[in-house]
Order: sequence, then C-alpha cells, then structure tokens
Amino acid sequence: MATTPNAATPSELSLNSRAWFRRIRGADEIAHLITFIAAASILLITVLLVYQLWVNSAEARAKFGWGFFATSTWDPVAGDFGALTFIYGTLVTSAVALVIAVPLGVGAAIFLAELAPPKLSASLTFVSDLLAAVPSVIYGLLGVFLLVPLMRTTIQPALKKTLGFLPLFRGPAYGIGFLTAGIVLAIMVVPFVLSVSREVLLAVPRDQREAALALGATKWESTWKVVVPAARIGIFGSVFLALARALGETMAVTMVVGNNPKISASLFSPGYSIAAVLANEFSEATGNLYLSALIELGLVLFLLTFILNGLARLLILVTTARGSGVLPS
Amino acid sequence: MSARLIWRKSLNAFMLSLTGICTLLTVSALFFILGYLIWNGGKDLSWSFFTHLPAPVGEEGGGMANAILGTLKLLALAALFGVPVGLLGGVYLAEFGGRTVPFLVRYTADLLNGVPSIVIGIFAYALVVMPMHHFSTLAGGIALAIMVIPTVLRNTESFLRDVPRALREGSFALGANKWRMIATVVLPAASRGILTGVLLALARVAGETAPLLFTAFGNRYWSPGLMQPTSSLPVIIYTYATGPYEDWHKQAWAAGLVLLGLVLLTNITVRAFLSRGSSYERI
Amino acid sequence: MDAAFPLMANSGAAAASSSARIAATTPAMTTSGANTLRMKVSKLNFYYGNNHALHNVSLDVATNRVTALIGPSGCGKSTLLRTLNRMHETLRHTRLEGEIALDGVNILSLDVTSLRRLVGMVFQKPNPFPKSIFENVAYGLRINGYKGSLDDAVEKSLKRAALWDEVKDKLSKSAYALSGGQQQRLCIARALAVDPEVLLLDEPCSALDPVNTAKIEELLFELKPTCTLVIVTHNMQQAARVSDSTAFLLNGELIEFSPTRTMFTTPSDPRTEAYITGRFG
Repeated sequence: MATTPNAATPSELSLNSRAWFRRIRGADEIAHLITFIAAASILLITVLLVYQLWVNSAEARAKFGWGFFATSTWDPVAGDFGALTFIYGTLVTSAVALVIAVPLGVGAAIFLAELAPPKLSASLTFVSDLLAAVPSVIYGLLGVFLLVPLMRTTIQPALKKTLGFLPLFRGPAYGIGFLTAGIVLAIMVVPFVLSVSREVLLAVPRDQREAALALGATKWESTWKVVVPAARIGIFGSVFLALARALGETMAVTMVVGNNPKISASLFSPGYSIAAVLANEFSEATGNLYLSALIELGLVLFLLTFILNGLARLLILVTTARGSGVLPS
Repeated sequence: MSARLIWRKSLNAFMLSLTGICTLLTVSALFFILGYLIWNGGKDLSWSFFTHLPAPVGEEGGGMANAILGTLKLLALAALFGVPVGLLGGVYLAEFGGRTVPFLVRYTADLLNGVPSIVIGIFAYALVVMPMHHFSTLAGGIALAIMVIPTVLRNTESFLRDVPRALREGSFALGANKWRMIATVVLPAASRGILTGVLLALARVAGETAPLLFTAFGNRYWSPGLMQPTSSLPVIIYTYATGPYEDWHKQAWAAGLVLLGLVLLTNITVRAFLSRGSSYERI
Repeated sequence: MDAAFPLMANSGAAAASSSARIAATTPAMTTSGANTLRMKVSKLNFYYGNNHALHNVSLDVATNRVTALIGPSGCGKSTLLRTLNRMHETLRHTRLEGEIALDGVNILSLDVTSLRRLVGMVFQKPNPFPKSIFENVAYGLRINGYKGSLDDAVEKSLKRAALWDEVKDKLSKSAYALSGGQQQRLCIARALAVDPEVLLLDEPCSALDPVNTAKIEELLFELKPTCTLVIVTHNMQQAARVSDSTAFLLNGELIEFSPTRTMFTTPSDPRTEAYITGRFG
C-alpha cells in the first residue's frame, strides 16, 4: 500500500480493533470463568463434605436410627454404639468453659472498650488475638503437664473441701476430667468472647454514654445499664461463637479429659467428647460399622457447629447493623 | 456525700477494677504460656533436634528432623492447592460476581471455616485415604488446603474491595480490559493485605493436629515423596506428650516451643506489617 | 458545704430549694437569701490538646433566665456549654483553667456525678436510650435511688416537657417509636426528671422541623420560672425569641454579653453587629 510504514488505513484499523476487542472480551470471559470455578469450588467442597459424612455414616444410621442418641453404650467388640456419653461430655466441657470464659471475656471487653485509652485497648486486643492463634496441641501440652497435676494436688482437693456437698465436686481427684478440660477450653475461647464483645460495645454510639453521664450516672452505671444492654445481642453472638469453637476443640480436650466414656454428675470424673473419641479411635477403627458410627458422630458435630455459627453471625450482624443506624433498635 | 452516693462510687470503683483484673488475667495467659514454653522447652532444644531422626522407641536422644520436614511439605501442599483457589475465588467475589452466587459463596466459606478441623480430617480421609487404602502426605496436604481456602478467599475479597474505585477507573480510562486491570492494578494494590492473609492462614494450619491424625498419620522415618504417611510437628508433640517416656516428654516441650515460636512469630510480624498501611498508599 | 449549698443532700432536699425558686419567679424581685446568679464563669481558658479553644471567657448565668450562646461554627459555644457540667472530662487531652461556680461553689471541686444531677444537659441530636419511654425518664431517678413513686415522678417530668398527653397511653413502648421532635422532648423530660437546677441545651432544635422547634421554644418559656436555662443556638432569631441574655462568641473569645434586646437592637461591638446582620457566619 502506498502509505507511510506505520500508519494503517481506516479499514485496517477497524478490522484490527475489532479483532482486538474480541480477544479482550474473550480474555475477560476466561478470567470470569476461572475465578467463578475457584469460588464455586467452595460450594462443591462443602456439598461434598456433607455428602461424604452422610453416605459414610449410612450403616450406623440404618442400624441404630434415632436410638443412637439415647444409648450410652460404646462397645466396639460387640458392635454396639451410642452417642450419648460423647454428647454429654461435649456439652458439659463446653458449659464449664462458657461459665468461666464469658464473664472473663465480657469483663475484659468492657475494660478495653470503655476504660482503656485507645492505644492500650488496641495493643491488649492484639495480645488476645495472639492467644487465639496458639495451636490447640500447645494448650494440650500445658494442660497435661501443668494443669492436671495442679488440679490433682491443689485445686480439686480445695474444691472438694469447700463445695464438696454439691454433686458437682465429688469423687476422687485424678486431675484429669470434665473440669480440667473445661478450664483449658475456657482459656482457648476467651479471646473470641473478648474480641467480639469489644467490637459490639464500641459500636454503641457515643451519644448514649453522654446521655447517661449527663444525667449524673457513674461510669459503671453508664456502662452496665446503658451500653451493655444496647450491645447485648452481639454479646450473645460472641457466646455462641465461643460455644461453637469449644464444641469442636479436639486436641486440648483429648489430652486432659480422661478419654473414658462415662456419664457422671461430678466434674472431677473423667469423660469423653465427640471430637476426642474421633481423635483417639478413628485411625484404629476396625470394621465398617465402627467407622460408620464414628463418622455419624462427626456428622453430629458438624451440624451442631453449623447451627451455632449461623446463629452467632446473625446476632453479631444485627448488633453492628443497629449500631451504625441501619436497623432500628 | 450521702450514703447512697458513696455506695454508688464504691461500686463504680470496684466493678471497674474487676474488669481490669479480667483483662489482666486474659492477657497474662499468653505471656505465661510463652514464658513456660521458653523455660521448659528451651533447655532441651539442640542442634540434633533439628537434624536427627527419632531414636528407636524407648531409647533416649534423637531429634525431629522428619517432623519438621513433614510440616514443611504439608504446608507447601496446603499452599499449592489452597492459595490459588482462595485467591481466584476472592477475585471472583470482589470483581465479577452478582448477588446470589457471591452471597452463597461467602456464607459457605464462613460455614466451612467454622467446621471443626477433625471433621475436615474425616472428609479428607473419605476423599483420599479410603480410595488409596493408605495414609499419605497428600491426604494431609489436602485436608490443610481445605482449611486454607475459606480464609484466603474472604481475606482476598476484603482487601480487593478496599482498593478505591478511582484506581480501577484510572486503569479503564487508559484502555485496559478487566482482567488486565485486576492483574496489574487492583491485585498489586491489595497485595500486602492478601499476603498477610495467606501467611496467617498458613500459620494457622501449621499448628493443626486433628486433621492430620488420620490422613498423614505419622512416621518415625523420612517420608519420601507424597504418597507415604509423614510425621509432623503438631502430631509428634501430641504423640510424645501422651507417651510413657520421660525423654519423649522433654522432646515434646522442645517441639512445642519451636511450633509456638513459628506461629507467634508469623502472627506478630504479619500483623505488625499490615498495620503500617496498605500498598496503594505508598504509590 | 451543706449549709451554703443545700442541694448537695439527696433528692429529698429538692423541696428545700423550691422556696428559693418561688421567690425568684417575679423578675423585678431580688430576695435577700436567693442568688440571682446561678452560675458564674470567670476567666475560663480551655484547651483541646494544644488548641486554645476558649480565651479568658467570663460570663454570668442568671437564675431562672434563659442565657443564649451564639456565634459562627467553631467559635467555641458548644465547648463552653460542655464545661458547665464538666462533660469535657469525657474526652482525653482537654485542659481547663479558670473558675466555674454554681451557687458560689467551684464546680471543679464538686463530685462530678452530683454536679451532673444538678446541671442537666440536652443534646443536639435526640439520644434516647433503647428502652421504653417510661424507662428512659425513670433512668435518672433509678440511679439516684429515688424513694418516691416512680410513676408520679415520670408523669410530672413528661408533663413539664409537654409530652405527657402524647405518650401517656404508650409508656411501655420503645422510645424509638416516637418522632424526632417527640424524642427530643423525651430527652428533655429525662433530664428534668432528676430536678436539675440548671438545664443546658446544645442546639436542641437543629435536628428538628419548624413545628417541633416552635413546640420546644414554648416549652422553654414554661420551664423558665423553675429552671435556669443555657442554650446554644446557631439560629439568631431563636436566640432573639427565647433568651433574656445573649453571649456572642467568636474564635473562642466572648465578644459581647448583654441583655438580648440590647444585643439585637444596639450591639456595642462592630463584630457582633456584623454577625447579627448576617455579614458572616
């Protein structure tokens, strides 16, 4: 063509650019597809997870039905399995953990949200977040070698002497058991209660505190009677979150709970939890029924944590949405 | 001052100090754990810990070289499978998605995050170990990868959303198409936050024991390749701590110190690094 | 301290001050025992960190009168108001020099929770608690351990705030079910419940429509005989309508303080005149 080397004719230009646009659009579409597949894989994994749990527990579900949840027998030799002792142990250890962790966590959250200067509050929350990052097995390590002897020699005897009239604190003091596991769990879930409670307290608008103080309330009265009630739904959410964590905790619990499928009113008694029995017996399970029963336990654990986590997030969402004025109170 | 006022003020002082005590107890727990591990674990830490294999059962001495290598291999697998999926998924949620799919994905990711790690282990067992009829490093790596994906995905999405509109519009105005804009402008701008998210996710799975108990299982020797069971730091801590030998207990403390040190070090540096502001502010 | 300031005793002593109030109702009268000056600010300097927000402000707040604080945005009028009940102490890095006296006693030496019972505050944006209407008004009474009938006291406050007729059938409903203007009157009722000597109002009508504004201005007239009022307002017409004395602040300085009529007809300072005639601010 009789044109300057680098110039293109209009028709050439439009041809090239059309091809160019097509290429761009194609590349975008590929990117869209690839990223979509990646995102959808989460859905696939979760569906597959539930499916696997469901299918692989079929044998046990067929054999035991709903009675699985009412039986406390756990006899691999005879092939008779029941979930009751594990559900009991899971609930008891979690309850003990919450009784200790919730007042501690909410109390600390109040301090950090209402009293501490912002910088101190931020750095202490940072420390608490680090506590949440400590692996479970480390807690187990400290539990086995530090807490258990302490419980056996000092704390459990002391509790027996003072509160031994309660059925909760009877029986021999082995050091291991429901109470010990509950205490270890409490330390593990406190950071969650603290972190979420602090955030929901901070989300309560400033003018609420000012209104209370301007009426002549003390700082505590303003906090306890105005700010905390305003944030209470979110605080409940943090409790559910902590409970969900406590239910699923495996290593720390199995190292100190005693691993004995017993139901007992005494907190000193050794016991078992769903996660602990899975950790101990899964790799040694012989026979399909045994494995299937264990997987059914896994399914139960999954459902429990699923429901609790869902509720927790809903509650926390409601409080922070309220605080920012999106929802009316 | 009236009696009532005195009571109110005393109650005020008392309750507020109580909350301070709660904070002190919670915070000091970390320092106590760290301090005790350093004291108890530090004395048994030696060069042979890092370089020797475990001694035969019942004999003293030996190290945890295979456990350390095992953990590194598992982390590499978790990163290899988990990070790209999480990253690209996050890109989808932040850049491409509509209403329903992103909502579902986010909800499911949070759900998956909340699943106890032992249940993830069961899943990996059913998925990989059962068909293969043996434990393997691969199975362990996949279990950890499943735990990495939701965290990385949500984290990536969050940091991508934080990148201001103005940056994207500037890129479009210069004629970039969407994927180019994402790859050359948005991702680099969010890179610091995304990286911290990835590192934190890996630090978290490095300490996970439960999902490895019946996937990677354990091994007293080197585990070449990916198809054999392998030892790992968290599992060996568990095995040794619950074992009958005094020497094992000492080694468990040392290993605990190493594991905790790695996890905390990663967490501290990464979080401190993040707090210094995001990448795009510096440009 | 009790003799000079009988109001420091608990709420039962509210009756003791009523004689002083009745005596001060008629404008022309000055009774020998009663103070005509409820609060006095002397040479007040206030700092936010390094920012010198108020310069040597001196001001008298007359008993059972309305004192208005006017001035352009940022002039320090809200800051000044907040020192009167020591609300500035809820912020960090603030510093106050000078004296603020309530009935002759320096408020800085008083117990702050008692002070705030005596000097109440209504805020710019209505901020009722997420509780019922009844509980909002009863809050102050409960924390002060009010021994009488809560129902009566709540009714009395709501009547004083001209809200009783509108809410008497729904006292247990959430305060947030009320309209903006009603919520503000609820906040006034809440502040009045503890029977304060002084009521501070920080631009109470700025978030409200003209109809509700008029209602609240009428309310202030009715409150005046039994309460000393200090109001911050950016609306000059409101100041002219409602107040007895007006203080004009500019850049943290008190430019002029005069009876309202004087200030708005013959201001002595040219800056006051400029502001009032709308040349700036």
